[in-house]
Amino acid sequence: MSNATIRGLRRLALEVLYSLRGFFGTFGAGQLFLLRIIVNMPYALARPRLIIKQVYVTGVQSLVVIMLAGFFVGMVLALQAHLTLSRFGAEDTIGMVAALGLVRELGPVVTALLFAGRAGTALSSEIGLMRATDQLSGMEMMAVDPIKRVVVPRFLGGVIAMPILAVIFSAMGIFGAWLEGVIILGVDEGAFWSQMQAQVDLRDDVMSGVIKSVFFGIAASLLAVFEGYNCVPTAEGVGRATTRGVVHTSLTVLVLNFMLTAWLLGGN
Amino acid sequence: MQQTRAVELGTGLFVFMGILALFFLTTRVTSFDAYEGDEGYELTARFDQVGSLKTRSPVSIAGVQIGRVTEVEFDNERLEAVVTMRIASRYDRIPSDSDASILTQGILGGQYVGLQPGGAEDYFEDGDEIPFTQSAVVLEQLISKYLFSQGGGE
Repeated sequence: MSNATIRGLRRLALEVLYSLRGFFGTFGAGQLFLLRIIVNMPYALARPRLIIKQVYVTGVQSLVVIMLAGFFVGMVLALQAHLTLSRFGAEDTIGMVAALGLVRELGPVVTALLFAGRAGTALSSEIGLMRATDQLSGMEMMAVDPIKRVVVPRFLGGVIAMPILAVIFSAMGIFGAWLEGVIILGVDEGAFWSQMQAQVDLRDDVMSGVIKSVFFGIAASLLAVFEGYNCVPTAEGVGRATTRGVVHTSLTVLVLNFMLTAWLLGGN
Repeated sequence: MQQTRAVELGTGLFVFMGILALFFLTTRVTSFDAYEGDEGYELTARFDQVGSLKTRSPVSIAGVQIGRVTEVEFDNERLEAVVTMRIASRYDRIPSDSDASILTQGILGGQYVGLQPGGAEDYFEDGDEIPFTQSAVVLEQLISKYLFSQGGGE
């Protein structure tokens, strides 16, 4: 091996080590940040008005996006299921297929991805701008802890809004599937609902979806406020933090989704 | 103040919509059934063969579902399967000499417990055992029985 190759390899190893250190460093910082949020929760809980405002910002203002997305996801599910199932003469089961897909997987996951794009970015950039314009430092000067006053209400607002949005997404999706399947494609209405009711289980399917969306809500809100709070206080830094927030949230949600499905809710 | 009002109203409506959606999912999308929890009374039955009967399989009489299977166990002493089922309390007039059999829904459907009412004067109560049972039909056994009966005829 020549000297140059050895040098190259050493550089590669160092790069890998550095990025690993960076990864675990950020991971640990995120955990500590969550701990700080949890410790400071009582302050925000004593001021529900702050949380309500954030539920409004993250939840109500994402509502139209979520409802539209859910509606069209449900429609396309019914359409695809009809195309495939009609080959086997099993069109009647499209209600069940759409409902199971929405309630178990698509509802929580797509809502979390949209939430990251719609509400997560707003949170990151808002907190990031506060950091860049020294508003957070100003609060500290006035002996107001920005974690208590700014971060925790936003985090809690996101955690509360996320499961509600996911449930609304699923309900809208099933409405979309009904519209496409029963009204447009002409599947029998009675079979559509009865097949769905026979196969969808309250605890195993609906509740598992709600549990998932709670976890996604925590992950998405935490990442959004974490990236915003720890951004480089420049215009470019805020932009980067926002992008990183969305990318990290999307990946985290997808990985978390698999882990939750496989280990927590799967099995039997 | 005006702005706070709008925020509170919007949030309230939002949470209400969420509850409405959850209500829709629990009542319209799942079969919200009365055989959940402690409602009703329990019966047991012993079978030589339960086939693919599982917990939560339906229990029906005359084709109408009246309960669910809550447990399928194996009795080590008597080498039989013990099926525990929970029957909704409004069906409390099932004659105590009724018999239970394990049947199949459709060709590919799951298995369920079907009860045939008897003619006794008194009714089943909580914890009773169904005296007469008929096991699930296993396809392989059916085929081998048929083959043996063919061979024996000649």
